[in-house]
This record gives sequence, structure tokens and C-alpha cells, in this order.
Amino acid sequence: MAYDKFNILTSTAVPLPIENVDTDQIIPARFLKATERKGFGDNLFRDWRYNSDDTPKEDFVLNNPTYSGKILVGGKNFGSGSSREHAAWAVYDYGFRCVVSSFFADIFRGNCLNIGVLPVQVSPEFLEKIFSVIDADPNTEIEVNLPEQTITLKASGESESFEINSYKKENMLNGYDDIDYLTKMKSEIQEFAAERPF
Amino acid sequence: MSKTLFDKVWDSHVVRKIENGPDVFFIDRHFIHEVTSPVAFLGLKSRGNTVLYPERTFATADHNTPTINQHLPVEDPLSANQLKALEENAAAWGISHWGLGHQKNGIVHVVGPENGITLPGATIVCGDSHTSTHGAFGAIAFGIGTSEVEMVLSSQCIMQPKPKKMRINVDGALGFGVTPKDVALYIISQLTTSGATGYFVEYAGEVFRNMTMEGRMTVCNLSIEMGARGGMIAPDEKTYEYIKDRLHTPKGEAWDTAMEYWKTLSTDEDAVFDKELTFNGSDIEPMITYGTNPGMGIGITNNIPDAEMVEGGVATYKKSLGYMDFNEGEAMIGKKVDYVFLGSCTNGRIEDFRAFASIVKGKKKAENITAWLVPGSHIVEDKIKEEGLLEIITEAGFTLREPGCSACLAMNADKIPAGKLAVSTSNRNFEGRQGPGSRTLLASPLVAAATAVTGVVTDPRTLLKEEALA
Repeated sequence: MAYDKFNILTSTAVPLPIENVDTDQIIPARFLKATERKGFGDNLFRDWRYNSDDTPKEDFVLNNPTYSGKILVGGKNFGSGSSREHAAWAVYDYGFRCVVSSFFADIFRGNCLNIGVLPVQVSPEFLEKIFSVIDADPNTEIEVNLPEQTITLKASGESESFEINSYKKENMLNGYDDIDYLTKMKSEIQEFAAERPF
Repeated sequence: MSKTLFDKVWDSHVVRKIENGPDVFFIDRHFIHEVTSPVAFLGLKSRGNTVLYPERTFATADHNTPTINQHLPVEDPLSANQLKALEENAAAWGISHWGLGHQKNGIVHVVGPENGITLPGATIVCGDSHTSTHGAFGAIAFGIGTSEVEMVLSSQCIMQPKPKKMRINVDGALGFGVTPKDVALYIISQLTTSGATGYFVEYAGEVFRNMTMEGRMTVCNLSIEMGARGGMIAPDEKTYEYIKDRLHTPKGEAWDTAMEYWKTLSTDEDAVFDKELTFNGSDIEPMITYGTNPGMGIGITNNIPDAEMVEGGVATYKKSLGYMDFNEGEAMIGKKVDYVFLGSCTNGRIEDFRAFASIVKGKKKAENITAWLVPGSHIVEDKIKEEGLLEIITEAGFTLREPGCSACLAMNADKIPAGKLAVSTSNRNFEGRQGPGSRTLLASPLVAAATAVTGVVTDPRTLLKEEALA
């Protein structure tokens, strides 16, 4: 599925200053039973967000109207554990287009890039700064500039650059995905496959 | 140029290198299951693509399946729907399908090796992070997302930047009662859950050389729990012995040709790793976790560390202990346990059941324990019966369930109730992993068995010693 193009995103952000947020928290396994990619946002952070009787947990950030936006800011080692792409789908379906952390788990990062959510890795110091700026002013805006590969706190102008390989960057800027690329090289793959021993 | 085992397998599967981008990486074997494949097939269909090499994909149902009364219709309509989707997609594209009730059915990472689908030097992926299991055979095996499942179906390739390389050596000998699971939990406790992120691991040293293939599978299985995409062990005589004459293993001349290739699969002496770590096997105790990620593990005789002693944020650590309802400084031994789970792609093989039976033999299940013993496949289940283990565990008051992922991720009805404490041989102790509000202690089959007969967290060495003296 090709996805939305990503260029410059300016938005308020939702802070989640917890480390090692695993994909079981992002979307618990019992909500993986769909056969279509629909509605996963409703169960994003289900067990942190709702009590067992489905009433909202008031102290969880997604239930706090003070915080909103298209950017989710998480603690170190975000997205560890299960490879379920449903976690990235849930983040996207809820309305986030960018996740910021000081460190991402590999599979989650790849899954995000494959569906059009931009993972932005910043230094631990910059991450702390983002958390404190949002804490001081929940309406503060953050600009994520993909062409320039920068993330900027709009109020102070403080900025940091982030890494993304140029192939993935082109994909995100244009809304292309890997399958578009791979299907164009079918005959090259078939020649390669013919030489495989098993 | 000198190459590592990982380099040799990786480089021989690169179809095209993209400058400042990923490699187009060819996949020899692709496993699919009911949970992470339906949307990939929908994508395939909506783009008008076809499955390029259906004979390279293998479907089995495991995540959602019930572990009792498998002959009856699946009660949960959503689970039934996913199982049906897998069956229909496999049939539509001519993909091998070992569904519920099939004699080859079981957990994907158990049935792959036991049917010779897993081979040294192969590249193997599945929409499941514990695909790293297959690295035990000297394969490059790792978990992928659903978008990548669609890529493999339509092109037999995925696009991956080559990971960095790490070698973990464990030398020396393991102590009495110390199992491969303990080795893995020990390494993860030393590295943390993100210590190997960005790396592909090779396990080397005496401990792994002496380990059985099933033990190696347990270790490689848990590679993802320290953030590594996968882990692998160079193939040796044990590997060839294990795979020979299995259903899908090359036969005759094809075996000889493959063997010539497999014999080249080891790290060259002067090859360089980006990171290298060495541990001593004699430092490892039977392990148990006390927190909400697999890195939060300690030797079973130790106390829960103080927040100041652990790496990472104090707030996150306290949140974790709060969830577990544990305190800093507490002992693990003696904690009252409610559930014991033996099974999963980590510890659901015949050696795990032998280990469990060796402890419970002649004893009785503790009254406060609910135990779920779930074989990894029908083949494992059959062996349990053939070897007389079923009688031993039955006499001790346990029952055997039918194969599946079961309480490891609690997608089926096998859910640990909220607040209950479980000793589990599976791979993750995340909040709610085994059911909403459930609390999990990860450990080996020996620790699980010792706990199952005493009702409290127990060092298996105390029971094994009694046996030895008797």
C-alpha cells in the first residue's frame, strides 16, 4: 500500500517519557485478530489507556486533552519486542505521522518507514529538552523537516539533525514503497533465484 | 578478504546493492502464520501482484489456535476468521499449509527445523520476531513486518540495510542445573533489551559448541530480546546430524552439494566484528526475571536489585516493579506462584519436556499451581508419548495440552488472569503479555518444574540434588 507523502510536519506533540515501550503495550496481542488494516488506533496503548471495564485511565497522556498532535515522543528503546506491524498501524491510525525517541528497536523502525510514519532519532539530551519544553508548554510546536533532515523546537529555534538513508527519504517524500521498487526488478530476481542451491 | 559467518550468508543473498540505501535481499524460505499474513495477501491482491515462488513459502497456524479440543470448531469467531483466511490464501496461491489438526501442525519455529525446511546458509524470514530461532542452524533468520511479508510473497526479496556484526563468546562449562535458557537470559541481563540493537549476533565458544541443536535454538530464539535482529551459530556435525533425512532436507546428490557449501560456513580466523563480548559459562546460575522486560533477570538465588544499581531511568524501573508488585531487595526464591507455563517457540521442544519430567517424576503438582504444558508441535507431542514422559507428568498431576503458541502471547483462551503470578518458559514478560494484568517470571523448564511441584519460586538444583542423593 503506497502511503501519504511526508515533507515538513509542524505540530504539537504527545509526550510518553517511558523507556523500553514494547509493541505489546503499543497494541496488545488480543487486538491482532483483524484480517484487514482497519481501526487499530482505537486500541493504541490499550491497557495503559483503558481500565479493564473499558473506562479511560485519566492519568494516561492520550486521555489528557492538554496534549495532542501528530508527533509522538517516546523514551529510549521505543518499539521493542514483537515484530507486529500492527503497532505501527495503530500509531498511524491514531493520527501520528512521526515518532521521536533517542533510540528505536530495529523492526519497529523499519515497519514505521514502510507505512509512512517517520521515526526520528535524536540525542538523549535533545529528547530531554523536548520533554521539558512540552511539559512547560503543551501547545509548543515542533517542526520535523524531512528534506533538511532537521527537528526544530519552534519557540526557541533549537534544532538537531537526524539520519535517514537517501533511498528511504526519497520514498517518504514521494509516497513510494519498497514493493513498487521490487516489482520493477522481477527478472533480475528471477535470474538470481535460478542460481540458488535450495 | 576475511569474512564472518554472517557476511558469507548475507553477501551471497544480495541481489542488488542500493547506494546509501538498503540491500535487495533474497529470501530462501518464508514462513507465514494466521496473524501477520492476511493484510499482506490483501495488499498483494489490491496491487494485482502474484506470489512469485509459492514453493518457498510455508504456512502453519499457531498464534491463535486453541490448545484443547482442537478437533472442535474454533470458538472465537475472530480467531476462526484468521485461520480461515490463512487456509484460503494458501490454497489460492498453492502454498503448503499445515493448519489446525494437520499432523505437521505446530509453532512455526518448531515445525520449520523438525521438517528440514530450516537449513544452514539459508535466509529465512517470518512475520514473527522469534524467527531468529532458525539461526541455530547457521541460517540468517529474522522477523519482519507485514509490509515485508507482502514483499516476500510478491518478489521473494526484502530491502534491508546490512546490520552490524557482534560475536558473543561463552567459554568454559555450564554448572549443574544451568540450561541454554539460563545462558540466554544471562546474556540479555548483561546487555539489556537494547544492547544488541542494530547488530546480528554470532554465538561462539565452548558452551555453544557443546550445546544440543534444541539448546542452540533456545539461545538464538531469544536474540531479539536483547534487540538483535537475529543470532546464528556455525553449523557442525550436530547440525548435519539433526537435519539429515528430514522431510524437506536435500537428499542424495543435492545433499552432497549442499554439504560442500555448508562446510564453508564458519567465521574466518582473522575476520573482524564491530563488537565482541566474552562471558564465562561458570558464572551463570539458573536465571529468573523479576521485571517487565527480558533484560530484567537475575540468578535465582539473588535479590531484586536496587534502582540505583540498574542501567536506565529510575522512573521506568520503579514503574516496572510496581506492575510486578515487587520491591527492591526482595528475594525471588519462595515467592508464591499461581501458574506455570511450559511451552512456546523458546522452550516447547522434546528436551524441554524431558527436563520438566526429570524434576516432577515421582512428585506431585502443588495445589496452588495451575499448569499449562503445551508442546511446540504434534511431532513433539508424539515424542512425549513415545518416550513415556506423558505417564510421568500425568502421575505427577499434570495434563498435556495440544500444540500452539498458547499463553506465550495469550491470543487464544490461554490467558493468565489479572494479578496472577506465572513462571513461564516463554520469551517475554512484558506487562499483560500473558493476559491483561498478568505477571510473568521467565525461567527455564527446570525452574518451571521445580516451581510447579513446590508452589513457590524454587531453585531446581535443590530438587535435583535430592534426586542425586536418593
